[in-house]
Amino acid sequence: MDVLFGGLADAIRLLLSGDEDSWSIIALTLRVSLTATAIALLVGLPLGAAVALARFPGRRVILAAANTGMGMPPVVVGLFVTVLLWRSGPLGGLGLLYTPTAMVIAQGAIATPIVVALVAAALQQADPDFRVQMQALGATPIRALAALLGEARLPLLAGAMAAFGAVVSEVGAAQMVGGNLAGQTRVLTTAAVLATSRGQFSLAIAFGLILLLIAFGVNLSLTLIQQRQTVPR
Amino acid sequence: MRSRILVVLASLAMALLAGCGAAPGDPAPKSLILATTTSTQDSGLLDELLPVFTRDSGWQVKTVAVGSGQAIELGRRGEADVLLVHSPAAEEKFVAEGGAGARRLVMHNDFVLLGPEADPAKVRGTSSAEAMKKIADEQAVFVSRGDESGTHSKEKDLWSKAGVTPGGSWYQSTGQGMGETLRVASEKAGYTLSDRATYLTQRDTLSLEVLSEGDPGLLNVYHVIEMTKKAGDRVRTDGAKAFADWIVAPSTQRLIGEFGRAKYGQPLFTPDAGKDEAKLGL
Repeated sequence: MDVLFGGLADAIRLLLSGDEDSWSIIALTLRVSLTATAIALLVGLPLGAAVALARFPGRRVILAAANTGMGMPPVVVGLFVTVLLWRSGPLGGLGLLYTPTAMVIAQGAIATPIVVALVAAALQQADPDFRVQMQALGATPIRALAALLGEARLPLLAGAMAAFGAVVSEVGAAQMVGGNLAGQTRVLTTAAVLATSRGQFSLAIAFGLILLLIAFGVNLSLTLIQQRQTVPR
Repeated sequence: MRSRILVVLASLAMALLAGCGAAPGDPAPKSLILATTTSTQDSGLLDELLPVFTRDSGWQVKTVAVGSGQAIELGRRGEADVLLVHSPAAEEKFVAEGGAGARRLVMHNDFVLLGPEADPAKVRGTSSAEAMKKIADEQAVFVSRGDESGTHSKEKDLWSKAGVTPGGSWYQSTGQGMGETLRVASEKAGYTLSDRATYLTQRDTLSLEVLSEGDPGLLNVYHVIEMTKKAGDRVRTDGAKAFADWIVAPSTQRLIGEFGRAKYGQPLFTPDAGKDEAKLGL
């Protein structure tokens, strides 16, 4: 129990004292995971919408792949990305391994299937007649789609939260492609693992609590957006 | 409502741009990859040394802290520029393959055989080979790194010297770094082999004691190995040389000799650069 209270005290101390290392770890965690989530949304929204609304060959295969990808172990994604980014690998010339960019790539790959699957599910359960009605009312397909996205915003934002939650909490890929370099690629999860292996349990718990706080903060903002004006318009 | 979603998307896109801007896509001009062992990281030695190296030389160091076996494998593939490892037999074999360049002695400490205070196999004060034999005879819990690290290969050496092939439910393999393995051994009240540095830095959180130490077979010797273009076209041989030259330089060797003295009452590593390997008892 001492360790838990020590961890709480450490977390408060780290946050209040403005410890530079801790803040750079927090900033990097947010930067990498929010960027990865943004990429996943940019790729996943159109793909999920296409899978839900269009009819084309391979549609079900993509959907099944996305559903599988939702449960993909980050460490497997990390391994694939590492091998791709190795100096001897196909993308070795970019010199990206052990950089924040590599972490964004890996976390983007983890988050995208989640967005695709949840967007597809959200749009498919929206009223199928809605789009037809919009078009009958003279809306262009783009406007009709935008209206549909608005209609399905609750599950869509839930998708964004699920994607962010998955990447901000994963450690396998961040460790493997980032290398947990101090001041360069160390994020809260890898810092917690390192502190544990150094026997600094209070510090590890402090990082864990800060991670929880960040995840809560981001999800609180998204939930506030999601729940605003849910009363009938 | 749509506009709100657009605001969210726009802010995420901005975060994306900020992320790209701050995460350089091109390799830093002076950046090298050091593959090393978990003991140098878990003991905190690298945290002490690397900032000084970066300040002295301008080279940024990307440290990959893994078992010596994996570190050597990364070197073999040209994925690392310089290695700091402690698995002499594997290193000599590796250097003989030809992909590696200069290999130089850096420092040593020693391995210690740890166990619970109760010492069920009665190994306290015995030689390492005798202790291993007793542990096997008693089938007392032994926790092994099991990760092809330098510590793991030393442990396998000791078993073979004791004429034992370990196996069975008493022999447990974690496949993890030294810190985690110490923790498992402590929780299971088992025996384990550790480098002294990692043990000393974590002693306060463990219920493990040093039971057997000091025989020449327990020496833990670190070498620095520069990689060459033969291992891969993208190997930074200039960075490798800069790091290897720096770590054997007198001022760095002094830092190594001082490391941990204030906090643990004894230095964690003994600097050895330029010494004759034969005199270390290898």
